[in-house]
Amino acid sequence: MKGLWARFREIRRYPSAIVGLSLIAVLAVVSIYTVIKIPYPEAVRLWRGTGDVWGDNPRNAWPVWINLLPGINRPTTIVRQSGPSGTKRVFPNGDVDITFQFDYPYDGFPKELNIFFTAAYTKLVPYVTVTWVYPDGREVLLRQGGVKTEQYTVAADKALQARLGGLSPEIGLFAQPGSKDRPQSQKGKYQLHINGILFEPESDLDAKLVIYGQVHGLAGTDSQRRDLTLALLWGTPIALVFGLVAAVGISMSQFLFGAVSAYYGGKTDTTVQFITRVKMVLPTLPIYMMIAMFYSRSVWVILGAVIILNLIGGGVLTYRSMFLQAKESPYIDAARAYGASNRRIVLRYLVPRVLPVLIPGFVTAIPAYVFLEASLAFLGLGDPSLPTWGKMLNESGIAALLQGHYYWVVQPAILLMITGFSFALVGFALDRIFNPRLRTL
Amino acid sequence: MDNLRRIGKYTLLRGVLIVITVAIGVYLTVIIATMGGYMDKIMASQIREQVGTILQGNEELRKLPPAELKLIIDQMVEQRMREYNLHTPWIVRSFRYLANALTLNLGMAEKVYSDSGSRQVRLILTERLPATLLLMVTANLIVFFSALFTALVLSRHYGSPLDRAVVALSPTSAAPAWFYGIFLILIFASVLRVLPYGGMVSIPPPKEPLAYALSVLKHLVLPVSAWFLAGIFSSVYYWRTFFLIYSSEDYVEMAKAKGLSSRAIERRYILRPTLPPIITSFGLMLITTWMGAIILENVFTWPGLGRLLQMAINLYDAPVIVGEVVIYAYLLGITVFLLDIAYAALDPRVKLGAGGRRPA
Repeated sequence: MKGLWARFREIRRYPSAIVGLSLIAVLAVVSIYTVIKIPYPEAVRLWRGTGDVWGDNPRNAWPVWINLLPGINRPTTIVRQSGPSGTKRVFPNGDVDITFQFDYPYDGFPKELNIFFTAAYTKLVPYVTVTWVYPDGREVLLRQGGVKTEQYTVAADKALQARLGGLSPEIGLFAQPGSKDRPQSQKGKYQLHINGILFEPESDLDAKLVIYGQVHGLAGTDSQRRDLTLALLWGTPIALVFGLVAAVGISMSQFLFGAVSAYYGGKTDTTVQFITRVKMVLPTLPIYMMIAMFYSRSVWVILGAVIILNLIGGGVLTYRSMFLQAKESPYIDAARAYGASNRRIVLRYLVPRVLPVLIPGFVTAIPAYVFLEASLAFLGLGDPSLPTWGKMLNESGIAALLQGHYYWVVQPAILLMITGFSFALVGFALDRIFNPRLRTL
Repeated sequence: MDNLRRIGKYTLLRGVLIVITVAIGVYLTVIIATMGGYMDKIMASQIREQVGTILQGNEELRKLPPAELKLIIDQMVEQRMREYNLHTPWIVRSFRYLANALTLNLGMAEKVYSDSGSRQVRLILTERLPATLLLMVTANLIVFFSALFTALVLSRHYGSPLDRAVVALSPTSAAPAWFYGIFLILIFASVLRVLPYGGMVSIPPPKEPLAYALSVLKHLVLPVSAWFLAGIFSSVYYWRTFFLIYSSEDYVEMAKAKGLSSRAIERRYILRPTLPPIITSFGLMLITTWMGAIILENVFTWPGLGRLLQMAINLYDAPVIVGEVVIYAYLLGITVFLLDIAYAALDPRVKLGAGGRRPA
């Protein structure tokens, strides 16, 4: 065992493997952080979006890091809520005055603009006057009239559009005067005044202003306003666990079958070899798809199916030939001579000898299973409740590329690539360490 | 003659083995589908069809009002179904399903139509086959020959910057072709707008054969490139390693000492013995990548079997899904069989028999 460890330490001589290992470490830290910070049921609840979890998010917004690029300064989402923080004044006669102030230093215009009113009354609805104040002091009347608890979709207000000279409100309310043909945003401090007249003593009025930006969150949002950061984060532990469990289970099992096949020989050997050849011709992906389709799409059921269908597979032949070499060694004869049982010989003498071959093979196999999960999810057979990278690719699809939502496709793809390549790099180095014949080539 | 007979015998043996293998694979599929009750459902639709044809020939019944006719049909179907299920134990039924599946006799699709408007599963599947074959054969031939050629060149220039670059790039093959496809679409279709997003011909399809072929060729570029990117580096890396190991053999040194040209050495002493294992490794790669083709077709909306499988899944069309698994089992089996034949043609041991001595 000590020799094995010494060989592992040789990995330090391969810079690519160091890069790979560090990336794997980062992914592992992200996974642990995610699982602790957003527990599984919470992630499922958020991703389903039951209730109005994502109501304040814009649709199809780019990630905020896009603003770091030179020449790009897109608006982020601005949310203001009336409350004790000083935006709301209640007059002695019961009337309410709400003032929202915000800074708008961005190029371009927001995607949407909503004001959410919360009104408490028994019979007579509160009467509001909503005014918009530009940084240069111009004022526009947005709306005048009674409000219930409702959503005022400013961008869809046709009367307001007419008052703004035909410009759609989410543009007109931020445009510089006289820039009608090619609207330019006016930068500076904006104000929104809501003056509410309440007709009942217990009546109350609150408001929330949401200016939906063109960029949102670390990873942007999808067409259902969901924050993609959640999917990118939760995709990490799922990809790692799927890849690792599948690779460990399958390598170990194929390794054992290779050992049994080589050691017992005869009929056992023939049977195992025949099953291996049959297995290699099985159309595995359609079979997984059929299982996902007819039985369950749970990622764990699929993981089980993948392991069971690969208990015997191509690796058996490789391990078998390694075992055949080891079997001829004199110390096996010696063990047999002193009466060791078959099980003892296989488990205690043969397996440790061939183990070094298993390790690189196992590491190089991980990306294949990570991508397998992504492939199934990409085809729409992903776990229905969990956000994964493959599912993100499935939901964005080529349509997102057509519409220019590149971030939605590129981010999960790059994470998949990083995961796949980091394991491939480490496996590649391990292969050279454990198979010295490759080292000089 | 003797050689031919030996190759024939070998081919036949491999062929029988492959057929058995495919049958076992299909049987597994049938069992999975039967456990979910899907094969029984397919059988029921077939019986319904049979009853329909019987009734069509019966003039008296056809005159009945539709509601009554429907009642009679339902009764007949139910009776036949009950007989069928009661009189045949599960195991017998499963073998009948196997025979049906092997002959792609899967009745009617539930929702998917073929382009010609038919609902027969066999027709729907065979209609999609040429597109898949076109894509896969083109892509794999290109990968095989360019990898072989590059590996030979690199083994000649061992340690050169190009050689090192290929070795460094070989882990990129960890990602499947569809994955590169997404990036290629992003760059060449979305940003540069020089190549189409997907599909097999432009819409509407050109009338002239030449224009049609050119259009198909244009649509082939991106999927084939994705396939190429995913497969080329690791193939070149492994094969170049093979060539290097073999070119340090004594007989190669001997040939060099005799003063043979490097081209002759490559052809006779390096390529000859390495081709059989190279074919084997290419075969292994093909077997695993065949499955990736399903997703590649979906990324590029290529109208082949993979695209159909996705469509059948979206529409929850069980007969088509089972049929797809069967046809992929056949395709994999045929791939392995063809590689076996290539192996036999290249490996002198097969030609010469087990003894390895040329018969007198």
